[in-house]
Amino acid sequence: MHELSIVSSIVETVTETLAAYPAARVLEVRLRVGVLASVIPESLEFCWGIASEGTPLEGSRLVVNLLPVVVHCAACGQESELEGVQSFRCPRCGEPSSDMRQGRELEIDSIEIDDGEGKP
Amino acid sequence: MTTRIVELRRGILKKNDELAAELRARYAAAGVLVLNLVSSPGTGKTAFLERTLKVLRERGVRVAALVGDLETDNDARRLAGSGAPVRQINTHGICHLDAEMISRHLDGWEGVTLAGLDYLFIENVGNLVCPSSYDLGEKIRVVLLSVTEGEDKPLKYPTLFNSADAAVITKMDIAEACGFDRALALKNINEIRPGIRIFETSAKTGAGMEEWLGYLAEARGGMY
Repeated sequence: MHELSIVSSIVETVTETLAAYPAARVLEVRLRVGVLASVIPESLEFCWGIASEGTPLEGSRLVVNLLPVVVHCAACGQESELEGVQSFRCPRCGEPSSDMRQGRELEIDSIEIDDGEGKP
Repeated sequence: MTTRIVELRRGILKKNDELAAELRARYAAAGVLVLNLVSSPGTGKTAFLERTLKVLRERGVRVAALVGDLETDNDARRLAGSGAPVRQINTHGICHLDAEMISRHLDGWEGVTLAGLDYLFIENVGNLVCPSSYDLGEKIRVVLLSVTEGEDKPLKYPTLFNSADAAVITKMDIAEACGFDRALALKNINEIRPGIRIFETSAKTGAGMEEWLGYLAEARGGMY
């Protein structure tokens, strides 16, 4: 359960980015989270309200884009998504693979802001 | 109102990752091999490490340990019995060690410099979830599993097992009494982390320790 510290870190990073947009209000924060990132999307969302309160992110939505594991198979040379995380084998040929190409991401992808410049 | 999308593409734990990269460079410059030991509470990390430190010390290898717990310095006191320098890190409620805690405890560690060590062992907080997100700059992440925990632990906690470089099965001396299904445990570890090195050990009898120490020597030899 380290989701609150992760969420606090997101708030901090986004707040730093907002220095370039002083009048902005954040509408949405989009994350890319691998299924092996050790974080639970529901817990992130649960902490979001608390961590963003009193910051320029208050009232914004947190959108978590969950990414499946992708492995590269040395035997058949293909990259494939795994359906779960119970077996690290190439779904095409069944060979075991430790060569993970996706699945541990824990990133802020983008934010959607109202830049507050009030163009007509 | 004008809405716009600002691309960030930034790692959420970037600060930890940057600090871990600095630590990794420091370890490499000092020529010390750093290992991060992770497991559930009660797996026997401390007993395993105690034996490892003791034997290495007897062989003239320069070792030290940092040990993480929420509270108390009980583990540090136990490990100090090996004669190796040991420093306790109390996280006060935090469920994992992070790179900043390691950096802070390496600084001002009386009588210990990285350059004066062959191996530094970091015993993480007992937790099979959170430590996997925090890089400590280690060269080798070791996951430990005891025979009392159930052979399906790797399937239940794939994140940590998948991110490990080596696996140690502890308490092999009581495997039979526990009805431990060795073949199934090995199979499950291999499903989650194909090809990982697995050591079957007992800190009590010393079983499997020579193979483990051989791996350490090999890992250090091939380091730089």
